[in-house]
Amino acid sequence: MKVSLFVTCLVDQLWTGIGVSSVEVLRRVGCEVEFDQRQTCCAQPAYNTGYLKEARQVAQRFISIFEESNADAIVSPSGSCTAMVHHYPQLFASDDEWLPRARAVAAKTHELSSFLIRVLKIEDVGASWKGRLTWHDACHGLRDLNIKSEPRTLIRNVKGAEFVELEHADACCGFGGTFSVKYPEISVAILDQKIDAIERAGVDAVVSGDASCLMQIGGRLSRKGSKVRTMHLAELLSHRQ
Amino acid sequence: MNHLSSETFRENANAALADAQLRGALKSATSLFGDRRRSAAASLPNWEDLRSQARAIKDEVLSHLDKYLEDFVRAAESRGAKIHWARDAAEANTIICRLAAEHKARIIVKSKSMTTEETHLNTALEAAGMQVVETDLGEYIIQLADEPPSHIIAPAIHKTRGQVSELFTSELGAPPTDDIAQLTGTARATLRDRFAAADIGISGVNFAIAETGTIVIIENEGNIRLTTSLPRVHIAVMGIEKVIPRFADLEVFLKLLPRSATGQKLSTYQSFITGTKRQATDEGPEELHIVLLDNGRSRMLAHPVTRQSLACIRCGACLNVCPVYQQVGGHAYGSVYPGPIGAVITPQLMGIEKTSQLPYASSLCGACREVCPVKIDIPRLLLHLRGEISERKGSAGERLVFKLWARVMMSPALYKMSAVTGRLLQRVVPVSKAWTSGRDLRPIESRSFHELWSDE
Repeated sequence: MKVSLFVTCLVDQLWTGIGVSSVEVLRRVGCEVEFDQRQTCCAQPAYNTGYLKEARQVAQRFISIFEESNADAIVSPSGSCTAMVHHYPQLFASDDEWLPRARAVAAKTHELSSFLIRVLKIEDVGASWKGRLTWHDACHGLRDLNIKSEPRTLIRNVKGAEFVELEHADACCGFGGTFSVKYPEISVAILDQKIDAIERAGVDAVVSGDASCLMQIGGRLSRKGSKVRTMHLAELLSHRQ
Repeated sequence: MNHLSSETFRENANAALADAQLRGALKSATSLFGDRRRSAAASLPNWEDLRSQARAIKDEVLSHLDKYLEDFVRAAESRGAKIHWARDAAEANTIICRLAAEHKARIIVKSKSMTTEETHLNTALEAAGMQVVETDLGEYIIQLADEPPSHIIAPAIHKTRGQVSELFTSELGAPPTDDIAQLTGTARATLRDRFAAADIGISGVNFAIAETGTIVIIENEGNIRLTTSLPRVHIAVMGIEKVIPRFADLEVFLKLLPRSATGQKLSTYQSFITGTKRQATDEGPEELHIVLLDNGRSRMLAHPVTRQSLACIRCGACLNVCPVYQQVGGHAYGSVYPGPIGAVITPQLMGIEKTSQLPYASSLCGACREVCPVKIDIPRLLLHLRGEISERKGSAGERLVFKLWARVMMSPALYKMSAVTGRLLQRVVPVSKAWTSGRDLRPIESRSFHELWSDE
């Protein structure tokens, strides 16, 4: 199967390892991976802050680029950015030209774990990792895309890894895009609930499907001098001992 | 300090974050309500169907609100109720003050009503020289404390039992105690006497049935039953969106509302009030007045996106699961309706001028949408309001940032250039303190994924 990778701007600039790992995992399960160098952002920052004109411009560009691809699927290592693409039809609800194009691109776009499980029907990607770990449900993957069992199934099949459920795994980490800098005190207060739960879980690593949550969680763990590391699902799945 | 403004949401919230007692009270109350709601919902296998049915009924009402209101008015009037239309809060208060004056009322008992909080009715009645007594325990507590409610269904959720005891000692001369039954007993003894002396009882309305002209009010304490049956005159105040078509529609809502609000299968009292008493020997008030309040609702109705805000049945479930509400509580919002639904309704009722911070007081996590018994897409409404605010009131600086951002994101060359600039700048320019005051920042990678891919 041919896959076009949407790496997301955050991964592109701040956490390239997630992109590299995604390619590694997709190739390992037999996908041909292409990467369109023209890609930038999914438009979420503007959309979530209320700048709809700017969001539409950037979304149109995303649609134009990815509809040219002859890949079978567009795959992204982010529930949040995938959910944004799935919101495109809402953004063009009263636009006869763009609405069908938005729908077509949205239908082709998948978050990594749901692509592996729902589309490829692969539950074990042959990864191994030694240690105890837990999973944080990133909100948009969980509530917009209904991704809940998929990452857990994949993690449980990682050899050597001991998986424990996080208390209130589905509670928000407090990131929320521009919310994290508009209301940093509230954002960190919410985050501290998550940090406490992670520490109570006694894990070596916390895994999630979004770089944004992981930077929020990791930024606080590192500020507190915690030994728990943050890891994206793609990084875990690419890992082999 | 208790009557805060929405304009200072951030300051209010930060003060709340520093209040350990408040955060303790919020944490235990919201998690208790949240857990109870979850198991109550799970106990009904057709929960999701009920939510869809409830929303379908609300949608039907909202697309023919004029018809259902007329039906309701006709049915209620035929049973002896007197109907009053109020365009806004001031008009509603004028009507009620006039009724109170006509009846030479001195003491008015009130049951919990968010709609009369919205109109600030107590202030108007007190200014007209009347004594107003809130009879819901939570409302009574905050009335003594001179505070607004901090939760839609649990107005004193922010208070610990110790704080209530202190309040009862200072305001009522009751002995200090941490026994909840004793505290309740104190309130009960004081309130009984007020019920007996009251000239008028004022209540809210949960549902108004167009078919029969019945108003339905749900409660646990029995104070609403007394408020609506003991005084000679009963005035019920309702938003125009409270009407539902048929008596049979209640089945769905009476399953959803108590479970969503308190996790109960059924509230202790459901009062069905259809008109006035039929003959002199019957019990109950001689007069029933129903005030139908618009106060911005028809404006919400007119817009296809925001219309769904009017489906809200005021259960408060979205507050209990909201990570922001859980941390800062209701007062920080500086609005009668707090939490996610408050952040949606308040700017629409009051205008965005003074409330523009509220739609941003959310991480858009979607927990509210997940629990809403009438499936209101609260995150979508928050985004819609953010769109309106950025268009009409957005700061020039922020607008410029997003204009530039869009320019960069539209052009691979600019995007690449800005990444390189970012890498250099992060060495010399201090990064956003808003982020780094509580969290470490991940540095920009020395080579982007775009570059890594080209290398390969």
